[in-house]
Amino acid sequence: MSIKVFVPRDAAAVACGADAVALALQNAATEAGVEITLVRNGSRGMLWLEPLVEVEADGVRYGFGPVAPRHVADLVAAGLFTAPASVTGSLAIGVTEEHPFFAKQTRLTFARCGLTDPVSLSDYLAHDGYKGLEKALSLAPIDIVKEVTDSGLRGRGGAGFPTGIKWKTVHDAKGDQKYIVCNADEGDSGTFADRMIMEGDPFLLVEGMTIAGLAVGATRGYVYLRSEYPHAQIALNSAIRAAKSAGYLGQDIRGSGRAFELEVRMGAGAYVCGEETSLLESLEGKRGLVRAKPPLPAHVGLFGKPTIINNVLSLCAVPYILAEGAKAYADYGMGRSRGTMPVQIAGNVKYGGLFETAFGIPLGELVDDIGGGTFSGRPVKAVQVGGPLGAYLPRHQFDTPFDYEAFTKKDALIGHGGIVVFDDTADMAKMARFAFEFCAIESCGKCTPCRIGSTRGRETVEKIMAGIDVEKNIAVMTDLSNTMKFGSLCALGGFTPYPVMSAFTHFPEDFRRTRQLEAAE
Amino acid sequence: MRHETFSAERTREIVSAHLALEGPLMPILHAVRDAFGFVPEAAVPVIAEELNLSRAEVHGVVTFYHDFNREPHGRHVVKLCRAEACQSMGVDDLVAHAERALGVEMGETSADGRVTLEPIFCLGLCACAPAAMVDGRIIGRLDKAAVDEIVAEVDR
Repeated sequence: MSIKVFVPRDAAAVACGADAVALALQNAATEAGVEITLVRNGSRGMLWLEPLVEVEADGVRYGFGPVAPRHVADLVAAGLFTAPASVTGSLAIGVTEEHPFFAKQTRLTFARCGLTDPVSLSDYLAHDGYKGLEKALSLAPIDIVKEVTDSGLRGRGGAGFPTGIKWKTVHDAKGDQKYIVCNADEGDSGTFADRMIMEGDPFLLVEGMTIAGLAVGATRGYVYLRSEYPHAQIALNSAIRAAKSAGYLGQDIRGSGRAFELEVRMGAGAYVCGEETSLLESLEGKRGLVRAKPPLPAHVGLFGKPTIINNVLSLCAVPYILAEGAKAYADYGMGRSRGTMPVQIAGNVKYGGLFETAFGIPLGELVDDIGGGTFSGRPVKAVQVGGPLGAYLPRHQFDTPFDYEAFTKKDALIGHGGIVVFDDTADMAKMARFAFEFCAIESCGKCTPCRIGSTRGRETVEKIMAGIDVEKNIAVMTDLSNTMKFGSLCALGGFTPYPVMSAFTHFPEDFRRTRQLEAAE
Repeated sequence: MRHETFSAERTREIVSAHLALEGPLMPILHAVRDAFGFVPEAAVPVIAEELNLSRAEVHGVVTFYHDFNREPHGRHVVKLCRAEACQSMGVDDLVAHAERALGVEMGETSADGRVTLEPIFCLGLCACAPAAMVDGRIIGRLDKAAVDEIVAEVDR
């Protein structure tokens, strides 16, 4: 019998040499006369171990990582293919699913990611795929909406708006054509959950969008994918082709007489297109200028039609909710944050990766216990949660539970669930300067506070860093942040003050460094 | 990567291949960029005419997006991620190192057309930072030695 060997096709694994490892394994097997079936799976999310090679024996998968091509000969000689359980050494992690990082998770959305061959429809079906759609096809559209509402699912893109309410609005809206748009413009630094699920389980997104289409009577869907994610594009297109030829997409979904067509569209490197109205403009073939709301996209969306626009993770949560019921999902979480969040731990961290867990876990546990502290071994200075528009949280706020409201109370946001860890060498004034600079580069230019405020903000922080009128310029920075926060049209200008002001509030000494130097002289 | 030489004829061909799409301009611009390696100024009026848009509208879209470079890139394109996660792992020092070793500044193409060095904001490889993209190939856990390898590859 052929031995199953898994080497991820996930971009993070590939970036760390997975393709070369896969080739080396195939060659080694041929040389040893062992018949192997090489599966290019998604990532298990333990990214510090990538490329993570897994070998299946008696239905159990044993992991080895991080493997480089130069390790392959020794691993094979030690029995990698024939007796993976008995291979020892620093690369052997034992049974993959018993690894503490993995075993501590609650994987609802990422249940299949890393387990299956992402582009195999039969593998997807064999692992409970399309059960949600099957259920949805047996329900009236309004009952699908009700399931999603009852699950308590909130938009995973960052705003945390109740998904069910959005769906209900589009369901009730009149229109000859309605659209489902998936926001896959995951531009936040420190986030990669969308990328991982699109590469590791693309059928899940296809299924989630199809269910959304059935719920609101939309017959067309678009995935707006950022151009930095070519691997996700390949995986999605291949899943869409397979779904279509098996009747899971098209004019007559599984003989129901209901239609849903899906297409992937590529962004072109504009961060602001992750803002939903800017994204719609871009899909229409225009400059990605933010639209004023109202009207909401649910009423006047893509090409002026009623449109659901949801994040990848929101849509990917839907199949589980339909298959297992709203209550099963809502049983996880705390307060008004129900279900699970795929948290992404990144930056200067020892054990970086994807950790899906119920809401409510304290931030410090994610950083210190799960993440294992910094990669550099130095003390953690701060973590930025929620991407370039998220606040920096110092250690004394690490007791904050991962929950939308708890973060809002601390003038922070969980955003898309990315955590970037910084050690004590980080200069927080420099990070504040970067926040303004990034906003200036990416501003769509429609509203003045963002377009001009970001550039003036960068200049002001530069003056502070140079020691010019420090106190006066700190007052200007604070005032400017206030103007941007309340005067900007969208979150780009409106949230840039979060990283800036949290950096200043928690680390004022980094902004007054030049004066300390003068005082010391 | 080898690119075609610009022609209005070829541009019209690309446009007509996309006319069945809803909102075809972005896919067209991607295809034009992929064909010629950049979006030539001369392509703008052709696209505008075919889509019944004004030149200003098409120009506005081309100039809005970072991906639609209006000048040809160098033979090699090196993109280094400058976002926060990569900063936390010291990408700023690697940028300085790459600039020195390649003899070109961030955002520029070398005079001999050998290489373009560009910033990129997040490749989604934040747990394997710092990250780079070299001629479309992604590289994680970048260090000085890896940058030197990239430089050697570019110089070949």
